[in-house]
Amino acid sequence: MARLNRIQMSALPVPVLDRRQAVPALIERPQDYLVVAGLAGTAQELTAMTADAASVFGLGGAMGAAPMMGLGLALARPDRRVLVVTGDGELLMGLGALAAIAVQNPPNLKIVCVDNGHYGETGNQDSHTGLGVALDMIARGAGIPVVCRIDTAADIPEGRRLLAEPGLAFILLRVTEGPPAKIKRNLQPHVARDRFRAALAG
Amino acid sequence: MAEFDRDTGAATWPHELYDLLRRAGVTQFAYVPDAGHKVLIDRSLADPDAHSIPLTTEEEGVALLAGADLGGARGVLLMQSSGVGNCINMLSLIAGARFPFLTFVSMRGEHGEGNPWQFPMGQAVAKVLEAMGVICLRAERADEVIPTASAALTMAFQSGQAVAVLLTQKLIGAKSF
Repeated sequence: MARLNRIQMSALPVPVLDRRQAVPALIERPQDYLVVAGLAGTAQELTAMTADAASVFGLGGAMGAAPMMGLGLALARPDRRVLVVTGDGELLMGLGALAAIAVQNPPNLKIVCVDNGHYGETGNQDSHTGLGVALDMIARGAGIPVVCRIDTAADIPEGRRLLAEPGLAFILLRVTEGPPAKIKRNLQPHVARDRFRAALAG
Repeated sequence: MAEFDRDTGAATWPHELYDLLRRAGVTQFAYVPDAGHKVLIDRSLADPDAHSIPLTTEEEGVALLAGADLGGARGVLLMQSSGVGNCINMLSLIAGARFPFLTFVSMRGEHGEGNPWQFPMGQAVAKVLEAMGVICLRAERADEVIPTASAALTMAFQSGQAVAVLLTQKLIGAKSF
């Protein structure tokens, strides 16, 4: 039987938080941001948390796009706060984006990675973070100036404080396996684009 | 304007192209470095009113330009032909959401190429871009660059299309090995 190397060096604590409580506890007012939400759990929960607001662009494909979309949006709209909410699987697909974002250092961009250590949409296989890869250390090494890891409910207030402050920040929210909050959402991406732009144009 | 600088012999179209893009409202210049795009990259780095965005891989630029459009900004992706292959699945974001998209591809693996590694992707560029819904325009001569780029700007930002301008190896010149 093939065995995958469980990485010992990071020695992360076992996740205990349920994303259905932890994500809304961390992101109290998602409607205050322009949001890009990644494939797929985070797109579902941000859509649910905002009652399908036009200010949330949620991916249903193009896995890996969310962080760089957030960068393009943050550079385009320095007057607005931009929030990327993505999963461990999507972030792992394009780790270089963290380096590209750090080099720009937009003060109005926050990245929250909801890390459940699994590929929840495809049969719950272990992701690399589930085997011990530490995305907070990668973000720090990439040069993101403020990096925070949330393992327990006691860590959430610090995450909330960092979200409220100006400056580029990366927050790793470690959660247990289990489904995200869900809502029926329109998967037509051109509809999401048009209504996002229309809402922003006011 | 002359096609070549009288003193240095360097092509003048890269500077004209940068000025054209800026006049058209392009503010985000995303790129994986390439000799064929050197002037545009250097100009964007020196431009206080533009964002110069080095990427670690080309598909980052596709996602970046989609985000720029969500915010009402215009950007371009500058890459070499080998980078086109890295963009394929990410172009489903452009096609699905009908984002305007404009890329300038400096071609390798065609006219006079001396590095055999460049041929597979270079020869596949137009086919894979077209398969993903990107319209390809080719510039073969220096005097074609600005008219072709002007056409591409209109197609992308007025008509909402995805467009690639292929800066051919005939235009740029084959690198010697």
